[in-house]
Amino acid sequence: MADNVPQDLKYTQEHEWARVSGKIVVVGITHHAQQTLGDIVYVELPKLGAQVTAGDSFGTVESVKAVSELFAPISGKVVKVNDELVASPEDINTEPYGDGWLVEIELSDAGQLSNLLDAAAYEKLIKE
Amino acid sequence: MTRRTPLNEAHRKLGARMVDFAGWDMPVQYSSLTAEHEAVRTAVGLFDVSHMGEIEFTGPGALETVNRLISNDLARCQDGQAVYAGLLNDLGGFVDDVVAYRFSPERILICVNSSNREKDFAWMNARAEGVKPVDKSDDYAQIAIQGPKAVGLVQRLTKSDLSQVGTYRFTEGEVAGVKAIISRTGYTGEDGFELYCAAGDAVKLWDALLEAGQPDGVKACGLGARDSLRTEMKYALYGNDIDDAHTALEAGLGWIVKLDKAGGFIGKDALAAQKAAGVPRKLVGFELTDKGIPRHGYSVLKNGERVGEVTSGTMGPTVKKSIGMAYVPANLAAEGSTFDVDIRGRAVPAIVVKTPFLKKS
Repeated sequence: MADNVPQDLKYTQEHEWARVSGKIVVVGITHHAQQTLGDIVYVELPKLGAQVTAGDSFGTVESVKAVSELFAPISGKVVKVNDELVASPEDINTEPYGDGWLVEIELSDAGQLSNLLDAAAYEKLIKE
Repeated sequence: MTRRTPLNEAHRKLGARMVDFAGWDMPVQYSSLTAEHEAVRTAVGLFDVSHMGEIEFTGPGALETVNRLISNDLARCQDGQAVYAGLLNDLGGFVDDVVAYRFSPERILICVNSSNREKDFAWMNARAEGVKPVDKSDDYAQIAIQGPKAVGLVQRLTKSDLSQVGTYRFTEGEVAGVKAIISRTGYTGEDGFELYCAAGDAVKLWDALLEAGQPDGVKACGLGARDSLRTEMKYALYGNDIDDAHTALEAGLGWIVKLDKAGGFIGKDALAAQKAAGVPRKLVGFELTDKGIPRHGYSVLKNGERVGEVTSGTMGPTVKKSIGMAYVPANLAAEGSTFDVDIRGRAVPAIVVKTPFLKKS
């Protein structure tokens, strides 16, 4: 379903999404990822101010059955963390592109954005 | 080759997510694991457990033959009664955990784990002194109906008086016009039945239960919910919590070991010796006291040293806590004992608690 892959976002091969506005990038996991994981019960996110590196793990998300690493789409500093997820990790299931966002990262290198997939490429990836 | 139960198509029609489970193509969940879990705790859920194996002993001496193979005592049971038991190796570890059904002293049916079916059959066949086992697994399908509304649902579909079928008792009758063994057993901690029917009747029975259960809010439930439900009850899972390397006493299953039964059983001498010497490690139930989820294979730490291993763990959907089971040294097994669980490099504190985790009101 096309509306489960918003056209205005960028994506990683590991099923994170990135909403870019200027130097700030909001990061979450995709509808497809949350559906595959099932009911999410616990999220481990980096601390405010932490430096993350593109392609490296910056946290974990756990469903009842599985643990999944979260991979940073881009490098930069964590400037906002979705603390609400501690109390309601299920937001990732219900609103993966809304209240279920994970962190905001301040970009250190805008050039890295070109390494991300656009919506069409991501749709193709999850259909494979 | 992947095996399929007679209900495989039915699961796909319901939109189940299918996974490989010990060589079987099985539904892990249909909608949401927690919704399915809650349906079983508050209403009723259906499970396809046709992948389980059924091995039969028929003929004079069947009871005596089986009773030497299993750790529990079927001779003390009445006809129409079932027991949970271990098939134990010479060291008192598990070849498998099973449910043995006594139809009569000359007909015993043993339900075994799907992953152990061939192993169990060969093991029994080699050790059966007297009656030889027959693998009837392909003849049977099995559907579990579990939850507070399970008894009412099944009763509406059968003329058998289920009020006469107590826990771990069974009867033979018809459910929705399908000939079935109606067994008041299960693996969820809720009341309910496990129905054994001919493989060819499974779809008819499954559909009838789903339809008749609509007013009860019946849900088809997958292996995911089955695992979280049994974990909240601290029911052991072969391959996780019990195996050939841990004895029945270490697993806390001394109650299915009848050391004094006439004729003895395989593994008895080792268990008697261990009981006399003291059990060195025990399977305990614990809760995490900080955030995280314990999982199979994680290390148990005491003062930074690895002293044991988590065998099962989950976020309990009903108890709403991170719970698990672990083998720990006997000196850490008492209720209130504390240790850490190594969750991907983080030492998360845990406390041994009384089980089952789910306390029934």
